[in-house]
Amino acid sequence: MEYNATELMACAAARVLEDGKSVFVGTGLPIIASMLAQKLHAPNLLIMFEAGGVGPQIPTIPISVGDSRTFYRGVMAASMDYVMCCAQLGHLDYGFLGAAQIDPYGNLNTTVIGPYDRPKVRLPGSGGADDLGSLCWRNIVLMRQDTRKFVERLDFLTTPGYLTGPGARERAGLPSGTGPYRVITQLGVMGFDDATKRMKLLSVHPGVTVEDVKANTGFELIMPPNITTTEPPSGEELRLLREVIDPARIVIG
Amino acid sequence: MAGHKSRRLMDKRMPLREAVSRFTRDGDYCAFGGFGHIRFSMAAIYELIRQRRRHLAIAGKTAVHDVDVLIASGVVDRVDCAYSFGHELRGLSPAGRRAAEGGRVRVVAELSNAAFQWRFRAAAMGLPWIPARTMLGTDTLRHSAARVVEDPMTGKPMALLPACYPDFAFIHVHRCDRNGNAQIDGTVIEDRELALAAKRLIITTEKVIDEEKIRRAPDRTVIPFFVVDAVCEVPYGSHPGNMPLLYYSDEEHMAEWLSLSRTDEGVEEYLRKYVYPVEEFSEYIELVGGAEKMEKLRRIEALEEPMTAPWAKGGG
Repeated sequence: MEYNATELMACAAARVLEDGKSVFVGTGLPIIASMLAQKLHAPNLLIMFEAGGVGPQIPTIPISVGDSRTFYRGVMAASMDYVMCCAQLGHLDYGFLGAAQIDPYGNLNTTVIGPYDRPKVRLPGSGGADDLGSLCWRNIVLMRQDTRKFVERLDFLTTPGYLTGPGARERAGLPSGTGPYRVITQLGVMGFDDATKRMKLLSVHPGVTVEDVKANTGFELIMPPNITTTEPPSGEELRLLREVIDPARIVIG
Repeated sequence: MAGHKSRRLMDKRMPLREAVSRFTRDGDYCAFGGFGHIRFSMAAIYELIRQRRRHLAIAGKTAVHDVDVLIASGVVDRVDCAYSFGHELRGLSPAGRRAAEGGRVRVVAELSNAAFQWRFRAAAMGLPWIPARTMLGTDTLRHSAARVVEDPMTGKPMALLPACYPDFAFIHVHRCDRNGNAQIDGTVIEDRELALAAKRLIITTEKVIDEEKIRRAPDRTVIPFFVVDAVCEVPYGSHPGNMPLLYYSDEEHMAEWLSLSRTDEGVEEYLRKYVYPVEEFSEYIELVGGAEKMEKLRRIEALEEPMTAPWAKGGG
């Protein structure tokens, strides 16, 4: 069955989320992936949104992480204070984010492209991203991969990954044992090396080679020996994405 | 900070024009309830534009359509930025981006959403700051008003977030009584804290209800009368934004704005069409499609009809 890169990213991301775990969801593709997980293998996925939605059964794609779909059939319509306190307490297993730039340690930029004082592109800023990246146990990043986005040095460090390497998060005062976990792009799935906290390739998507991934990464990516190939989207995954979750094709295009 | 507020139960209903004229000033620092395009007081924002307020600084606490229109119309020239210049799923904001990149609007600081709402919480607690474990190690923190100190209890680094007391705030609610006791359905977002933090507070409401209804369900009151300065009844006051459980966002109108706001001339055309000639908000509702459009938005909100997204890359 034919599928596009965004559909594949949504499926690969959805499969990372486990039933019975909690996830703090950012705007855009992370919403789609969380909805897909909830409709397939993770019906008891506890979704939280920064505006206060707790445990919704999301009926159709929300435009905003604060709109009424984000608490539809939820267990609680709370507040930002309540949800952010839950994150700071350690209730959030996963954070789920997008970004414009990422570095080898999983630090993210969503603030500016170019110099801060005279930006080439002014992006929205942190929003809740810095909070998700600071406070959730494991962070999953969904973004496009090329050499302008996967860079050795960010134009601006909006959201913390592993900062400068092992122990840096703890030294900065961030909760210990937290940090980036997966990076999912149109080319493959990346994780992080335990010893160096640098990004490593875990799997390539169907039709993509390791060389393609290297050519689209602006830093040295760790290449472990056992790189696998991502399973393509199933018919059921694609049907849900196209007919139920995003019928207007707002995100999946 | 709250010594100036009246503790007397009294009728604070007034026309929106009067409330905005009395409780907002040029150069003020402002903050809006809701979530930038969700349960926000667009009616009061249009009034700021009509009254030609200038040099406002805004709390970009997930500011979306509110900050975009206010920057484009020349009302806001400084942004305290947690989230601004974007329209969430709709993409980046053409007008806000153009102003930020061209230097017409100055970003005075960066911070995160949690940091912003905890700054309101510190203010609401009557404290100068509140500690948090967010933003540490980032450029966001370096560009914020937060300070990093050693926690005297654990010895670990901790971010201290200074209290934020906006000069004025607009909060749009589902219903309130004439005194300002307000109920909100759905998520409260940051409005419990913001209502206490703001020096002057204008409540716009879908409906004014009898005080007796408030007293019969006091657990539903999110904002009590003694923090409220004005009550303005404005049905559909959150249009073109979403008002949870009442009407969904008007994506056709958003698409028109996103298209027109690509140029300064387009912004002017929008303001001449929808803002400057309007005396009452009900006239604006007629201009955007009247009862028929509002019924459609009610149906979309109730999931009786699918949403359209004319701005989407897939065509909506």
